Amino acid sequence: MTEKITRKQIDRRWIFLFMFIGVALPLIFTIGFPIETSENSEIVYDLIDNTPSGSKVILSFDYDPASMPELHPMAEAVMRHCFRKKIKVIVTALWPMGVQMAEDTFSQLKADFPDVSYGRDYVNMGFKAGGIVTLQAMGKNFREVFPKDMNGTPIDELPIMDGINNFNNINFILAFSAGDPGIKQWVQIAHDTYGITVSGGVTGVSAPAVIPYVNEQKQLTGLLAGLKGAAEYERLTKEPGSATKGMDAQSIAHMIIILFIAIGNINYWRNKAKEKRGA
Amino acid sequence: MKRKIPLVITFIVGIVVIISEFIPHKPFGRISGELENWYLIIAGFAIILGQMNLFKVNLFKIRYKQKNWQFYIITLISFIIMVSCGLFWGTENNPGLFGNAESITSVVGSKPFDYLFDNIYQHLQATMFSLLAFFIASAAYRAFIARTLESNLLLIAAILVMLGNTSLGSSLTCWLPENLKFLHLPNISSFIMKFPTTAGQRAIMIGAGLGIIGSSLRIILGIERSYLGGE
Repeated sequence: MTEKITRKQIDRRWIFLFMFIGVALPLIFTIGFPIETSENSEIVYDLIDNTPSGSKVILSFDYDPASMPELHPMAEAVMRHCFRKKIKVIVTALWPMGVQMAEDTFSQLKADFPDVSYGRDYVNMGFKAGGIVTLQAMGKNFREVFPKDMNGTPIDELPIMDGINNFNNINFILAFSAGDPGIKQWVQIAHDTYGITVSGGVTGVSAPAVIPYVNEQKQLTGLLAGLKGAAEYERLTKEPGSATKGMDAQSIAHMIIILFIAIGNINYWRNKAKEKRGA
Repeated sequence: MKRKIPLVITFIVGIVVIISEFIPHKPFGRISGELENWYLIIAGFAIILGQMNLFKVNLFKIRYKQKNWQFYIITLISFIIMVSCGLFWGTENNPGLFGNAESITSVVGSKPFDYLFDNIYQHLQATMFSLLAFFIASAAYRAFIARTLESNLLLIAAILVMLGNTSLGSSLTCWLPENLKFLHLPNISSFIMKFPTTAGQRAIMIGAGLGIIGSSLRIILGIERSYLGGE
């Protein structure tokens, strides 16, 4: 019976067309819906903003180009904030493509921060296979896991790495994560085993699985969730970027989905009433 | 013997790693550290093994002209091109076997590998992920039907979270007075994510954690042997 009732449905190509227009137009013509910041994003912002200049932090790029639209804007906003606060950034990657993601982010910021020097203020240590075991090993001896940076420069020749032996020499870790291995493993090892502050950003779809770590034990210190998290961070740093622009498209896309859900329900109940009358 | 030795190795290694978590001193801490290094080396080799396997599986499908075999040719060609570019001319700051491909770089603006990565691979992956938006919209239209109490709850929660996660959603209820701020859409969305979702997720996580402990013990004690292969 249910099959019969739901039989009359809109051709999904119409849904695709509406989605396409709904996403494309706000990207071309900015609407500028106001962005409200959430507590989790504010915590991440405060963490970086209250970190003293010269501190060393790890930014872990644990994603690939598939998650770029969501995670790249937040990585850019966070790295920009770090450079503005003169915080030294050590980049690692648990995903092979994370290395290029970090390089891309850094290259986009180079023009705005000509004083930031590779090896002194920023370093990309590259990708290491092994996931959670890599993190365990890093906690014991960072130099053994990363004897060289991504360009093959020995760690001893990189001024930024002076005094970095394990997680105890790092102020906090911020992971941009699109899955496993990623932010969960950082929490389990860096925070739960070594007691280091861990924060980060995740894609919208993985946020519900990560949010339980934002708790009273501060397993995660704040969380940037999806494009909204990135847009909120851009708002907090007062430097709107691609996430702020993307939020208009996301808003319209969500509204279109809600509209089609409503149409689907109206169709269902109308057909059900017809079936009843016919019976 | 062929099965007993791996079982003994698994048992010893498993027990040593567990003990080292509780007694991180010599000799357990050191042995555990060494084992971690071994794992990292094996994990590195696993990438090479994966690439070889990809090559073999695709070659097999092309050779026996399996369904849609033409697509596997594209996979193999793409794989060979990317590996060759990386191997011969290196990536951004790393030279390859044949140097830095200055002549190609002067024409296309970056090294062959970087050019292909930036201009093809990135966009292909982003496209694949973006298609989700279309399929989610279509799936939501078909699936979110208020048939029962449970589906009603799911539908209401989904709409509230969707609205709360957009700037448009916050604009809709931003006019609410201070004493009604709990009805502000981002606050409702945040409440759903913070309490019911977190409670459900925690239950799943605890269940999964217990499951992992159970299967780890089964492997260490030699009860679970499927990882050895065979019957």
